[in-house]
Amino acid sequence: MVTAPARLRVDFIACAGRGLCAEALPGLITLDDWGFPIVSGQAVPPRLLADARATVRLCPKLALRLEPGR
Amino acid sequence: MSALLGGSQALWLVSRASGLALLAAFSAAVVLGVAARLGPRLAVGELHRALALFSVAFLGLHVVTAILDPYVTIGWAATLLPLASPYRGLAIGLGALAVDCGGAVLITSLVRRRLGYRAWRAVHWLAYLTWPAAFAHAVTSGSDLGIWWVALVLWGCAAAVATAVVARLLSWLRGPDRAALGTPR
Amino acid sequence: MTAGLLLAGTLPRLLPPEPPGLAGHTARYGPPPSGLSRRQRDALIAEVARAGLTGRGGAGFPTARKLAAVAAGHAPVVVANGTEGEPASVKDRVLMACSPHLVLDGAALAAEITGAAKAVIVVHRDVRVILDEAVADRARARLDRVRLEVRTAAEGFVAGQASAVVQWVQRGVPAPTAMPPRLAQRGLRGAPTLVQNVETLAHLALIARYGAAWFRSTGTPAEPGSMLVTVLGAVREPGVREVAIGTPVGQVLDLAGGASAPLRALLLGGYFGAWVDAAEALDRPFSSAGLADLGAAPGAGLIAALPAGASGLGETARLVRYLAGESAGQCGPCVFGLPAIAGQVERLAEGRGADLGLLHRWLGQVDGRGGCAHPDGAVRLVRSALRTFGGEW
Repeated sequence: MVTAPARLRVDFIACAGRGLCAEALPGLITLDDWGFPIVSGQAVPPRLLADARATVRLCPKLALRLEPGR
Repeated sequence: MSALLGGSQALWLVSRASGLALLAAFSAAVVLGVAARLGPRLAVGELHRALALFSVAFLGLHVVTAILDPYVTIGWAATLLPLASPYRGLAIGLGALAVDCGGAVLITSLVRRRLGYRAWRAVHWLAYLTWPAAFAHAVTSGSDLGIWWVALVLWGCAAAVATAVVARLLSWLRGPDRAALGTPR
Repeated sequence: MTAGLLLAGTLPRLLPPEPPGLAGHTARYGPPPSGLSRRQRDALIAEVARAGLTGRGGAGFPTARKLAAVAAGHAPVVVANGTEGEPASVKDRVLMACSPHLVLDGAALAAEITGAAKAVIVVHRDVRVILDEAVADRARARLDRVRLEVRTAAEGFVAGQASAVVQWVQRGVPAPTAMPPRLAQRGLRGAPTLVQNVETLAHLALIARYGAAWFRSTGTPAEPGSMLVTVLGAVREPGVREVAIGTPVGQVLDLAGGASAPLRALLLGGYFGAWVDAAEALDRPFSSAGLADLGAAPGAGLIAALPAGASGLGETARLVRYLAGESAGQCGPCVFGLPAIAGQVERLAEGRGADLGLLHRWLGQVDGRGGCAHPDGAVRLVRSALRTFGGEW
């Protein structure tokens, strides 16, 4: 089954720089000099997809999104 | 008759024990929620959720055993409706209040993504009503406060929650600007 | 399409020799089309598409596409954006003062085309009175089928951003919102919303009268039509001029009396635009295509001339510090990153030596990481300054 590539996106208006996402998904998310997440625009590798979904659920501000096919 | 009493004793025991465990788990969840910013974020967040869900399990046990216990008449309605219990109206009523508020917090948290952050956050404030109601319920209906370690757990929970709230207030007073990020103007 | 007094290919189109009242406006341009049927509305959108009109607020989005998207929604609303938050730009104010009825024609037309019952005209406070009078005159003449509501715009740089304007109208706070959903899907109070710069609406009002071919008779094939440009700085007659898109930059400066001193550099587009070396830019067409390889764009239609001997870095430091202070305060990278960047640029300008590695790192961390394009604009400005004024440190 081929799925559309999924990308992580941060809503910076909602984000408060709590940093849970970077702790949970260090392979894909790093923090900038002020504690805010840097997500690469790359597609999430399939083996990390489940972790990515869990990380999206973790964000206390609901600022992380997984967008399919963009 | 003695067999019935034996069964009733067991239910009564489990109800009180699960009630104590519930208060402890719930208090721990509240402490983690209130003082979330002061600890390692990910661990605190996940533990908060886990403890909240444990609390629901203990709550189920606590309520079911209390109602099934033939020795006291409480009735199912009293679970949700304050003042519906003929036995110890105020005490049980406080418990029902805690269930109502806590239920709202739980349900909105389960559908958080669909609900949206603002609505979820608004309802989550009810937690500050849920805990005092649960604690007051424990104090007014608790038959075991005379036992030293039960009193210790009870007042320990209160102390923990109070400390967390004070710590949160202090940190809020000290640095409101960083906290303002993540809340759209 | 009504024939009018404006001949193909000639300018000015938007700015009359003197501000006419409603009667003078109708005499000059002819009456606006109104009472459009569904078919006529669709035909007009197609005409706008053929004309190739793009937004004149800085983003340059194809207008016909926006119109179509909003027209597809239920109970839409139109917002005319005359906020002009960019402090160096005055072209929207001049347009609203000199041709309020063109702007209102465009707003009313946009409302009819999209099926909106009303248009909210958000205007800079300097011209509020003029717009109020114009709307009153039109009401007396029962000119429009849709309701026109004038509101004073919020102050501040970010206040002119499309979603910020919507938030300003909706709840009095000019703060940008996250997209998706796009404003065309869900905007003012949840309704599909068309936000259009006032100059774009003025062009729309003329296309509806004279057609796409007329609109395209000036400008370039890829970027047709005319635009208003604010020219300021070291020129003899600073002010607003209407030019065909693609006019050589030097010629635009000449329309403003020419340079008043030898020029070092030009700031193109606005505070969120880019610096270019003056000598390199003078014979380039003032258009997106013409300026692209210089890393610049017409933006909100602005050219600021920096004389030789002035400190480009000093000016930039001032601008970046201003932009940092104008953050809406919602996003971490902007709130923390812009002041940090401003600090480094100030050090550079004052000759105190800056950590260039740190500066470039921060520019990379701030670019594209906000709820709106505010930090992106500041980053563009600083990067272009480092390129253009490289000799200054």
